[in-house]
Amino acid sequence: MINLIMNRLQALGRSGIDVVQNAGHTSLFLFYSLVGKPDFRYGAQRLIQQLYFVGVLSVLIISVSGLFIGMVLGLQGYTTLVKFGAEQALGQLIALSLVRELGPVVGALLFAGRAGSALTAEIGLMKISEQLSSMEMMGVDPLRRIIAPRFWAGQIAMPILSLIFTCVAIWGGYMVGVQWLGVDEGAFWSNMQASVDFDGDVVNGIIKSIVFGTVVTWIAVYQGVECAPTAEGIGTATTRTVVYSSLAILGLDFFLTAVMFGNT
Amino acid sequence: MKQNSQDKNSEDIVEINDLYFSRGTRIIFDGVNLKVKRGKITAVLGPSGAGKTTLLRLIGGQIYPGAGTVKVEGKNIPDLSRDELYQVRRRMGMLFQSGALFSDLNVFENVAFPLREHTLLPDTMIRDLVLMKLQAVGLRGARDLMPSQLSGGMARRVALARALALDPALIMFDEPFAGQDPITMGVLVKLIRLLNDLLNMTTIIVSHDVNETLTIADYVYVIAEGKIIGSGTPQKLVENATGWVKQFIEGLPDGPVPFHYPAVDYTIDLLGISA
Repeated sequence: MINLIMNRLQALGRSGIDVVQNAGHTSLFLFYSLVGKPDFRYGAQRLIQQLYFVGVLSVLIISVSGLFIGMVLGLQGYTTLVKFGAEQALGQLIALSLVRELGPVVGALLFAGRAGSALTAEIGLMKISEQLSSMEMMGVDPLRRIIAPRFWAGQIAMPILSLIFTCVAIWGGYMVGVQWLGVDEGAFWSNMQASVDFDGDVVNGIIKSIVFGTVVTWIAVYQGVECAPTAEGIGTATTRTVVYSSLAILGLDFFLTAVMFGNT
Repeated sequence: MKQNSQDKNSEDIVEINDLYFSRGTRIIFDGVNLKVKRGKITAVLGPSGAGKTTLLRLIGGQIYPGAGTVKVEGKNIPDLSRDELYQVRRRMGMLFQSGALFSDLNVFENVAFPLREHTLLPDTMIRDLVLMKLQAVGLRGARDLMPSQLSGGMARRVALARALALDPALIMFDEPFAGQDPITMGVLVKLIRLLNDLLNMTTIIVSHDVNETLTIADYVYVIAEGKIIGSGTPQKLVENATGWVKQFIEGLPDGPVPFHYPAVDYTIDLLGISA
């Protein structure tokens, strides 16, 4: 009996230590990949290259998804609002839901699926083919050389991608609401302009997407570096990146929304 | 300081004493002593899983021993700080089994990588140095190819050129001959010997390709089950081989290492009589 209790206690202690150890490990990982003197000679070139891979190549999926989400919002919003004769408020509905929530959240989810998984797979493959080890043996710290530019690129690309997403989606909503269903164009835009507050809505949306960008790239590069060096390991790590990022995005979104908009 | 300069010129560039290393419950090294003489080619032979690659990683400071010392040029690797370790690594080159070329850079940029990272040389000089290294391994014409376009042997030669880029004092090869065709094998054997002698380097080869390794090594260690079970010049090793070492060097299917995995008696097993 006492043994059983002791075993339970031991297991509890062990899992507690594991959690703390993991948290410490991931934080140190982030710290080491970001500190250190920046490399001005080749740093910019590498950053631009990574910006292209995680940012520019994600523009298409972000725009197309944004267009459809905006169109669906326009359609759904109209059919509901028209029952109350309030279809004039369609612009406001679309813009607020996109700027505050859907832009950053759906943008980040797509980013995790498109760029996050690619980052994990790429770094994992570098690990399998001993590229990271050989870099270490050449006296170059792989964390700084490989991880840092990818991390910063994700950080910069995410807010821009979510802004692109929001703009395209608003345009999609306009197409459906105004061009197709006949909402008054002037009312659509002026209601939107009157209700969306730059500091309260747009800036908060951007802050959200910066946070999501950090979390997604952090998870992606960490999973890549820590993956088991087998084909199966890469597969698992890539899946984990998408699952963990999605959960982190949705969880953090609730938290951030509560802090930003909870009092109003 | 005086001590330091003495160590730098001592005869042994790598000195391993009472090395103990384990992974989980598995003991990889159990009291290994090994010395690598400056300017010579030292080979470490052993079966797969004997910890040959682990040995190179211990010398390179990528992993740390459980006990014992691993000295490179007189400095004990586990005692070094991160910065000191990176300094020592610049004097070493290591060739990984797969070549480990950076897949996003072409051949030229792969060889230029250590130069760009560690020196402030102007681009024109980097270009000259890279072409010289590539010429040494016979691949000057392949400078614009990507690693995915190279054969296995070519990838290893490029990796060799890259390892030579900073003119290391010590170069380590992890299974350089594994899975190569006879021509590539011949090229690699020639290159390793030639570069070692011309550039006045020290070479460590770990391998299980007995014949190729014995033709170029100056001194050979055989490791198995965590211990050094034979050492000497290739000639002496072959002449005096007994037991395990003999089975390994001559590639005999049965001997001290049995052909059969331990099992119950064959007859009993076939007749289905449970033990």
